[in-house]
Amino acid sequence: MAHVTCIEPGGREVVIEVASGWSLMQAARTQGVEGILAECGGACACATCHCYVDEAWLGQLPPPSAAEAQMLDNVADERLPGSRLSCQLRPGPEHDGLRVTFPARQI
Amino acid sequence: MTDPIIVVGAGQAGLQVAESLRQEKHEGPILLLGAEPHPPYNRPPLSKKWLQEPGEFNALLIRGSDAIARKNIELRTGVTVSAIDRAARRLHLVDGSKLAYSKLALATGARLRRLPVLGGDLAGVLGLRSLEDAAAIAAGLDSCRARGLPVVVIGGGFIGLEVAAAARKRDVAVTVLEGLPRLMSRVVAPIVSQAAERLHRSHGVGFVFEARVAGLAGDGGHVRAVHTADGREFPAGLVVTGIGIDAEDSLASAAGIACERGIIVDDCARTSDPLIVAAGDCCARRRADGSLLRLESVQNASEQGKAAAASLLGLEKPFTAAPWFWSDQYDVKFQMAGLSAGYDQVVTRGDLDKPAFSAYYFKAGKLVAVDSLNRIPDHMLARKLLDKAVALSPGQAADEGFDLGSPVRVPA
Repeated sequence: MAHVTCIEPGGREVVIEVASGWSLMQAARTQGVEGILAECGGACACATCHCYVDEAWLGQLPPPSAAEAQMLDNVADERLPGSRLSCQLRPGPEHDGLRVTFPARQI
Repeated sequence: MTDPIIVVGAGQAGLQVAESLRQEKHEGPILLLGAEPHPPYNRPPLSKKWLQEPGEFNALLIRGSDAIARKNIELRTGVTVSAIDRAARRLHLVDGSKLAYSKLALATGARLRRLPVLGGDLAGVLGLRSLEDAAAIAAGLDSCRARGLPVVVIGGGFIGLEVAAAARKRDVAVTVLEGLPRLMSRVVAPIVSQAAERLHRSHGVGFVFEARVAGLAGDGGHVRAVHTADGREFPAGLVVTGIGIDAEDSLASAAGIACERGIIVDDCARTSDPLIVAAGDCCARRRADGSLLRLESVQNASEQGKAAAASLLGLEKPFTAAPWFWSDQYDVKFQMAGLSAGYDQVVTRGDLDKPAFSAYYFKAGKLVAVDSLNRIPDHMLARKLLDKAVALSPGQAADEGFDLGSPVRVPA
């Protein structure tokens, strides 16, 4: 399990718990974090769960798969170095304290 | 106290209506009624990843009950509405109680078509719509594997093919019986059907086309075999039907709201009753050319849900974007954008054998739809090309040297 701080488009910070095996998208969405659409339900097919991972944490996450990298080319808001799809991130205990920001636009 | 806005149906569309009402700053009471015993959950994984590896149910939730309550949306599950009394602005529930509404949103979803043949109601004959359906199919597949029994899938559409893939994932023998000459024929061109057939055959799926199911034979009340009209018998420990869904419009229809293969709505999700909107699988949208469009997708549920919420508050946020949906079969992601109905030309881009290609559908020289197999960037660009109605020639679409992004970046 990991605690992750999610910063919503309005600036509000919400600390959520991500259970083992869950994606960040699933945990954030079920716990009501604003700023995620996740229209495809986590299939890496829609690019609407885009988030920015704090740069300090970037190197500690597995790099994007080829499919995720291709979807990241098509996110609605600005693509930044920290851009990831939250459905593809599965934070473990080693990521406790991770911080991510959700962009204003997902479509 | 004012009567609440009531949303009937707590799936993707119903939840979207309720949450969009709050996003649009509606402060009055909202009551979200669900017939199923669960909070709103994602259905697409039920025939895809979840069917292959069933995981905990909570991971399928769109939103937890706590998160819904924090938005001041009252969710009641396990509630079935029996009638709408439009004159009194009241819902009648099956338990005999009544609920008054100020305005109403219908997001009643769809119901499975049942196999209209003898034996269609035997145990072990299952359709896939709800979590319980998916759990029963997953258990049936496990049982077939343990007992070395084959599975028969009736219907070579998206659901049937996803179930076939889940069976092969468990190494269960599977035969797909399709009534028409090719797969997914309602939606895709022959070239895409052929690619899907090759993919499934390479994973060991058997196909029978132009199959007419004559009846199902049982043993002790449980299905044992499927018989086709040409006299063949297909043994089966499990039969899964993927023969489509019908809009669940019976409540609306009985209340005198205009329906035709679904609740008729306009681009803003308004029904024939000014106090009532509808969204999602239960709808048939009247388009500018007068035709009715039924869509069964997450995009339709969420975008029409937003339009419906806006209409309830007197705003206009029409949903007219190019339709899109997807399917996962083995390691191939199928992504469909636009509506290919009535196309007169198809060109492809990419490698048909891998498969990693897109099919571009044209009607009178205009791009109307794009199907992509393991070509994610093509799909994302296709949605932009379709939404902006960009001029693209079949020759450009087929030419890998032509940058499909250029017409979007520089409007034609």
